[in-house]
Amino acid sequence: MTAPAPTSAETQPKSGPIGADDVIVVEDVVKIYDGRRVLDGLNFRVKRGEILVIMGGSGCGKSTLLRQLIGLQQPEQGRIWIDGSEITRLTEEAFINVRRRFGVLFQSGALFNSMTVGDNVALPIREHYPNQPDMTVDIMVKMKLSLVGMTQFAHLKPAEISGGMKKRAALARALALDPKLLFCDEPTAGLDPTRVTEFDELTLKLCRELGVTAVVVTHDMTSAFRIGTRMILLNKGKIWAVGTPDEIRAHPDPGVKRFINGDPESEVRQDADSYLQDILGESQ
Amino acid sequence: MPITLTRFFQHVTSWCWLFSNTLYWAFVSPFHGKKMRVNDLFRQMTLIGVRSLLIVFLVMFFMGLVLAMQSADTLEKVGGLSMVGGLVAAAVMREIGPMLTAIVLAGRCGAAITAELGTMRVAEELDALETMGLNPVHFLIVPRVLGMVIMAPCLTILGVFMAMYGGCLISVLFLDQDAFHYWQKSFEMLKLKDVYSGMIKSVAFGTLVSNIACYFGFIVEGGAEGVGKSTTQSVVTSIVMIIACDCVLTAFFYFI
Repeated sequence: MTAPAPTSAETQPKSGPIGADDVIVVEDVVKIYDGRRVLDGLNFRVKRGEILVIMGGSGCGKSTLLRQLIGLQQPEQGRIWIDGSEITRLTEEAFINVRRRFGVLFQSGALFNSMTVGDNVALPIREHYPNQPDMTVDIMVKMKLSLVGMTQFAHLKPAEISGGMKKRAALARALALDPKLLFCDEPTAGLDPTRVTEFDELTLKLCRELGVTAVVVTHDMTSAFRIGTRMILLNKGKIWAVGTPDEIRAHPDPGVKRFINGDPESEVRQDADSYLQDILGESQ
Repeated sequence: MPITLTRFFQHVTSWCWLFSNTLYWAFVSPFHGKKMRVNDLFRQMTLIGVRSLLIVFLVMFFMGLVLAMQSADTLEKVGGLSMVGGLVAAAVMREIGPMLTAIVLAGRCGAAITAELGTMRVAEELDALETMGLNPVHFLIVPRVLGMVIMAPCLTILGVFMAMYGGCLISVLFLDQDAFHYWQKSFEMLKLKDVYSGMIKSVAFGTLVSNIACYFGFIVEGGAEGVGKSTTQSVVTSIVMIIACDCVLTAFFYFI
């Protein structure tokens, strides 16, 4: 049932060996939905300590890419390495060991509503270290909640706290197993501007203090430029632009400029006559 | 039509895969160091068993009344009124008890399981479990399936007694029968085969209802509308499968 263990030669990407600094290597990844190439041959690497922001318009494939990276979906083609392990070839059992090394913050927080905030954070610790005494788990939970300023809310259920607090609690749960890699899917979606700034600063602080490499999927430009050390802009499943925030700002492609400035793709119609002329042609 | 057939077979294949996975996590993995989630199992047994008790009692009591009245009408013509108790006992133990209890479980608990798991799917909670390295089948499905498989026969037995009690009331109050005579006749007519076939049926129905409910919860797509649609599909499929399975088991025990 289990796939044969790949040899070391097979587990190296074509683009060159995995360096000590490479936490993620993505090679020729293709994902097809209903005959449409949602991801079309993506190639990139994420270095240790980076905060890589993946941006793009709705439906460009950024959430799909994240699902391939965290192993919730398998690409049709291509290979992905996380911390030296090729996750596209791992068995489910072997992948659990890789999953312990990364945390995921979902867009909705994905806290379990039947549990308290404290139990949510304790869950991965209890499951992966079942022999830890309850007192140790409690101390670890308090430490994680204090990182995000949520210690006093440990006894509340997710339904009893605000959206921003849910995100912070979910971040504490993502950091429960002291991961070296953190994936965030739209972490600031649904938050007001003040909370967005607070959350960005929290993410930056935690990444710096804990030495965590982060991959953040977002379409919030302000947030992206605030936290990103490197950025990838996706368009129709392909990498449109890649570079540091300054490089992206100075990108020569007018489409990239338009996207980061939030300009509409075409002129907004001013009057009904021009609209009718467009759809009926010159005969009008 | 071919698309519908393809989708049907896709559902059957996926359901079989989920069922085999459930069997593995329930009965094989505990021998490989993956402990059973006993607290979750007891919680599910309470939710499924204890909280369904009242509605099962009510339904089965009324069914006992109906059966006694219907059989009395016919048996009176052949002078067999004393057989009412035995007839009610045999009917509810063999057939009506397991089936009606399973239908109540499908409507009350199966729908709740589908809606709960479906909401978890929509809220990315199932994805969160997987990314934490926790198997959703082990974590969520096994306690629900085992909870229902254990509680379905318990509820059936209690429901059967409730139906017999309903029959007793009709016999004593309206047919001038003696209560002791009623119960004596009831137990005389019940065979061991009736009891074990009824229990086997209720275990089979419990397995079907819980697995179907979990399956439809897992495949939810498209937000709140998807949850509602899946919950309806879960209850309808469960009821159809209960009756189909009942037909097969009845043929196996009493016909072939």
